[in-house]
Amino acid sequence: MSSTIIRRGNYIVAIVGLAGALACKREERRFNDSAAAAPASGAVTLDTLQPGVPAPELSVVSKSEGNAYDISEGKRLFESWNCSGCHSHGGGGMGPPLMDNEWIYGSSPENIVATIVEGRPNGMPSFRGRIQNQQLWQLAAFVRSMAGLQPKAPSPGRDDDMQYKVDEQRTPTRTPRASSPPKP
Amino acid sequence: MNWAGSIFDTAGTQAERIATLAWFIIAVSAVTYVLVLTTTAIAIRRARARRTSDELADTRPETERRLTRTVGIATAATTVILLIFVAATARTGRAIAWPIGSEQPITVEVTGHQWWWQFRYRDTVPSNWLTTSNELHIPVGRPVRVILLSNDVIHSFWVPELHGKQDLIPGHRNTTWLRADRPGVWKARCAEFCGIQHAKMAFDVVAESPARFNQWYVSQLASAHAPSDSSAMHGQSVFMQRTCIMCHSISGTPAGSSVGPDLTHIASRPSIAAGSLPNTRENLGRWILNPHLIKPGVRMPPHPLSPADMNALLDYLETLK
Repeated sequence: MSSTIIRRGNYIVAIVGLAGALACKREERRFNDSAAAAPASGAVTLDTLQPGVPAPELSVVSKSEGNAYDISEGKRLFESWNCSGCHSHGGGGMGPPLMDNEWIYGSSPENIVATIVEGRPNGMPSFRGRIQNQQLWQLAAFVRSMAGLQPKAPSPGRDDDMQYKVDEQRTPTRTPRASSPPKP
Repeated sequence: MNWAGSIFDTAGTQAERIATLAWFIIAVSAVTYVLVLTTTAIAIRRARARRTSDELADTRPETERRLTRTVGIATAATTVILLIFVAATARTGRAIAWPIGSEQPITVEVTGHQWWWQFRYRDTVPSNWLTTSNELHIPVGRPVRVILLSNDVIHSFWVPELHGKQDLIPGHRNTTWLRADRPGVWKARCAEFCGIQHAKMAFDVVAESPARFNQWYVSQLASAHAPSDSSAMHGQSVFMQRTCIMCHSISGTPAGSSVGPDLTHIASRPSIAAGSLPNTRENLGRWILNPHLIKPGVRMPPHPLSPADMNALLDYLETLK
């Protein structure tokens, strides 16, 4: 009797273990995504309000959002191509800071990719044709991570440079708590 | 026996010291191994013989004393052998950590990248500094000071024919010394797991006579010639206007990025992609088209160029002798 229970228990453990192993989803590393969406050419929409007939929504979707490999590749490219020369690890210098939540040309991945491809007035050069599509999305994913727009888990955990931190004014109000009951 | 590519195919004093130490340890260990197994076999035979006869175990005090003495001697011998190994290893380590010979050394700065090697030859005259990739030339009979740096993770520099391994550590400067006593061409590899393409991170070591080394050095110092035929000229414009220029440098042109290997003299190298492929036109084309089919995960992205652009680009790269 008891041996039957043990045997049944073993089956259950094996099934649960197998299910657990199958349920573990490893992040996909897309080394070579030659089908990565090309950046939308034309005007970048920053707002849905516009005169005339509403323009069709941008159908470009970034596959790099929330992907740890893509964000870390973006970080490597950001340093390799000397984006830090002007944006100073996201802290800003000659170019605007990237770790705050002010975006002159929009904060969505499409906007950031458009900024890299088109260039912007007052210094940002155009990288049209010089950067492969997938790498553009990786760069955009990393730039967004600097401003805290990526989930915490895939964002670079350890950084030798500056790090994004929420301003104290923007954190929820906290009331002080007494560690021990007040003495009468 | 053919020792090619192993530490026993020595080409320098340091490697000879290491090989001698290895042979010494292997020989002593082999003798010890045979002795231990023989003794064990004899003991097992005796115990079996006693079990089949009705003889009682020998428990006389003098036998006990003899056995204790034997075990004591064996333990002492083991300790002494291990201490001799320690002393021999320390002696070898001291002997190979310094430059061999009194000739003027040359200095090469080695930087490990995921997954290729950058070599910078330093000279007292800055205009004589030379940068090359995945191919290390050294003159025979001259000590080479190798400074080891890393750009990303820990790699390890290992030329089995010349010396032991030494790590390349990010943020740290390691030094090792090489000296080849005979000319030769050897394959060296990264000896520390450094990511998905660790296995394809090799470089060629070419030890040659000082005269030939100088000849090579001068030829490598020269800037790339401007292409003369129209196809190569078109290829150059493809290189300069597409993604290539973001990572590679060719001296004498606007391309000056050091993210990927220097291509100024790529056509003179025996292999491409850090020793992964022989340097032929076909392989170069396959590599540029989609490096991930050859080395999945490599930092270089695929380049779906049109056949005309690709042919022109290959024509241009072939002029970079």
